[in-house]
Amino acid sequence: MPQPVISVASLRKSYGDVEAVRGIDLEVAEGEIFAFLGPNGAGKTTTVEILEGYRGRNGGEVTVLGADPARVDRVWRERIGIVLQEGKMHPELTVRESLELFAGYYRHPRGVTDTIDLTGLTEKADDRVGRLSGGQQRRLDVALALIGDPELLFLDEPTTGFDPSARRRAWEMVASLRDLGKTVFLTTHYMEEAQKLADRVAIIAHGRIVAQGSPGELGGRASAGVRISFQLPAGVAGTELPERLAAAVGNGEVSLQAEDPVPVLHELTAWALDRRIPLAGLEVRRPSLEDVYLELTADEREGVQE
Amino acid sequence: MSGFALVLHEFRFDQKTFWRNPASVFFTVMLPVIFLLIFATIFGNDHIDELGGVKTTTYYVPAIITLAVVSATMQSLAISLTVDRENGLLKRARGTPLPSRVFIAGRIGNSIIVSVLMLIVLSALGWALYGVEIPWDRLPAVLVTLAVGAAAFSCLGIALTAAIPSEDAAAPVTNVAVLPLYFLSGVFIPESEIPSGVLHVADVFPIRHFFEAFFAAWDPSTVGAGFEWGHLAVVGIWGLAGLAIAVRTFRWTPRAGH
Repeated sequence: MPQPVISVASLRKSYGDVEAVRGIDLEVAEGEIFAFLGPNGAGKTTTVEILEGYRGRNGGEVTVLGADPARVDRVWRERIGIVLQEGKMHPELTVRESLELFAGYYRHPRGVTDTIDLTGLTEKADDRVGRLSGGQQRRLDVALALIGDPELLFLDEPTTGFDPSARRRAWEMVASLRDLGKTVFLTTHYMEEAQKLADRVAIIAHGRIVAQGSPGELGGRASAGVRISFQLPAGVAGTELPERLAAAVGNGEVSLQAEDPVPVLHELTAWALDRRIPLAGLEVRRPSLEDVYLELTADEREGVQE
Repeated sequence: MSGFALVLHEFRFDQKTFWRNPASVFFTVMLPVIFLLIFATIFGNDHIDELGGVKTTTYYVPAIITLAVVSATMQSLAISLTVDRENGLLKRARGTPLPSRVFIAGRIGNSIIVSVLMLIVLSALGWALYGVEIPWDRLPAVLVTLAVGAAAFSCLGIALTAAIPSEDAAAPVTNVAVLPLYFLSGVFIPESEIPSGVLHVADVFPIRHFFEAFFAAWDPSTVGAGFEWGHLAVVGIWGLAGLAIAVRTFRWTPRAGH
């Protein structure tokens, strides 16, 4: 078994009385795109900043590229690339100059022009950074993180605030990193982003990992139940419904989850046919990965609203 | 790249950034020149009897050089490092293999080069426009004063960043720190006009001593090589105190957030 690129066991971190990370375990293998998914304030950035060596921890074991990020040297820094959640570059320098500046920090950098092309900034190469759009600045962030030709790349919420087409272009770029053989650790609060890009996903809520696996596995977990819903017909009391449906009435709507939907649907449609009631808004659907995510992180989001 | 080559590399890009930023060019380069022209024009060819009849213009050349060096080092570093800290540039640099001392050395090198340039420009203007003699025979004293002052005020500028909470506060805080001292220390107003009690207060701070050391070099009544070791010692002690504070308090991550 090759060594994992990142391995974390029982990681804990508190700020004063607030426990931001409460015992996290995870492993990221070489060449993998790993998505760390969770709502704002769930502990994502704290965790990724511990892995990047920016923050200390209160407990647990962390190994990144064979070293503890709390005690790293220049050689280790040459092997990782970091795209921070926020961070400007000198607005006075051009794209090319910014990359030349950073290339000088590494012993074996990638080519500047090559990196500009890879990140789709060819036409902007000689423009000042201050004149780039938000999406272009984000691509420059990725270019600066790639210039040292790192083995491991951290991307902290790379598409937050993007419009849908900019997001799609950013996804294509991240997917192309896979072809370069990079290991990518990605944090995001977009389910769709994790689903699109990642080989494996961990969902964090309240400083704990609540689900972990491939998007397929998490999807499998999601398909365990099927949701059946329809509007309660006007003039029909909930009590007139077949027994197991009567219990699911609420707000003029009937909605229930069924492990095996076939008998429930049979009973429902027989009842409706009998009385010639059209079932307005009838829906039968398997929950998406998005639903699983929303369900797993529901407490957290309510907590934020309080 | 070796350590020194890396400092040069960093310095080269710091220079580009500096000269392309209109605010840094105006406040650090243009403003001292404007001050020299204004003061020299207002006071024309007056003499200051209390200082042995020295020409007013001869007084203002070292005074404005003092201001220019403090501006190019302490003010410029305090403002640019705070702005770069708050918008995440320092944090990004911290995540690369670039050693932090190389990063800081590049910035200080930039400030020192701008200080040297201002020394040349202001002395040349004083000589060309107002006939203020350039103290060639005291050049070693001028350069030592510049070196000690630029190093000390650079350290003080880096230390000052700890007291600046946000990007918006950078310019006001640095101005509050230095502007009153320019008045109290005889940089704007000839010291003959300042009550001695006020000068005693100014004597606690480094700007007046830095100015005294430059003034001795330009003052025609100075005897000898013009080294003012006593004044330079005070400036040096302030610089070391700044260095100690900077090493303990300097932060690479924005104050906003954790």
